[in-house]
Amino acid sequence: MAARVSIRHADFDLTAEIAALRADDGGVGAVAAFVGTVREHSGGQAIQRMELEHYPGMTEAAIEAMIDKAMVRFGIRAARVVHRVGVLEPLDQIVLVAVTSAHRGAAFQACEFLMDYLKTQAPFWKKEGTGDGARWVDARASDDAALERWGVASDNAG
Amino acid sequence: MKVQVRYFASLREALGAAEAVEVPEGSTLHGLREHLRQSSPRHATALGRERAVRCALDQRLCGEDALLSEGAEVAFFPPVTGG
Repeated sequence: MAARVSIRHADFDLTAEIAALRADDGGVGAVAAFVGTVREHSGGQAIQRMELEHYPGMTEAAIEAMIDKAMVRFGIRAARVVHRVGVLEPLDQIVLVAVTSAHRGAAFQACEFLMDYLKTQAPFWKKEGTGDGARWVDARASDDAALERWGVASDNAG
Repeated sequence: MKVQVRYFASLREALGAAEAVEVPEGSTLHGLREHLRQSSPRHATALGRERAVRCALDQRLCGEDALLSEGAEVAFFPPVTGG
């Protein structure tokens, strides 16, 4: 089986990722995937580029721990997270979360759970490049609220 | 004892990527942050109490009450914004 977590600059192919995730697993009856992409506008301003920084080592460990939680909580069969770092442009793919399970409920839920976890607990930082220069993206309290719906305390945005 | 301090994102831009710091035995992350704040005006600003600063000890998110040990890897950074 492929590694569960990949942090890299290279793009990913959704079809290839899902094929690898469910290869030879006849117990899979459902696949759910989320892909996050770079918007061309933010706060009414045009975005020219998006730079993503992370904490090598901690990032992978944090996401592995999230996947362990999702495996136990939802009884899913497998999960894969790909997150790009470095310089990206509008329309580029940023993140993939893909989950396989026997039935759809667990796959949908685990996919959202993993994204909610990732938004507030994985050490990534985004910097937007606009015509006025570059600025670090602010964390959002709504992302903490999203994780708290699962009963997990989060105070990232503060 | 000596600990390794790493900074990310806006804190890295203000303070550099990493520095080695000497702190007393039994220090907490809170104590380390206070010690760093007194080390330069740039540190005082970047690690100011009015700033949202998150921290990790040995690559795990933690609170500032966490106890440090010799050779620990500590990181300070702004709230995360991945995904």
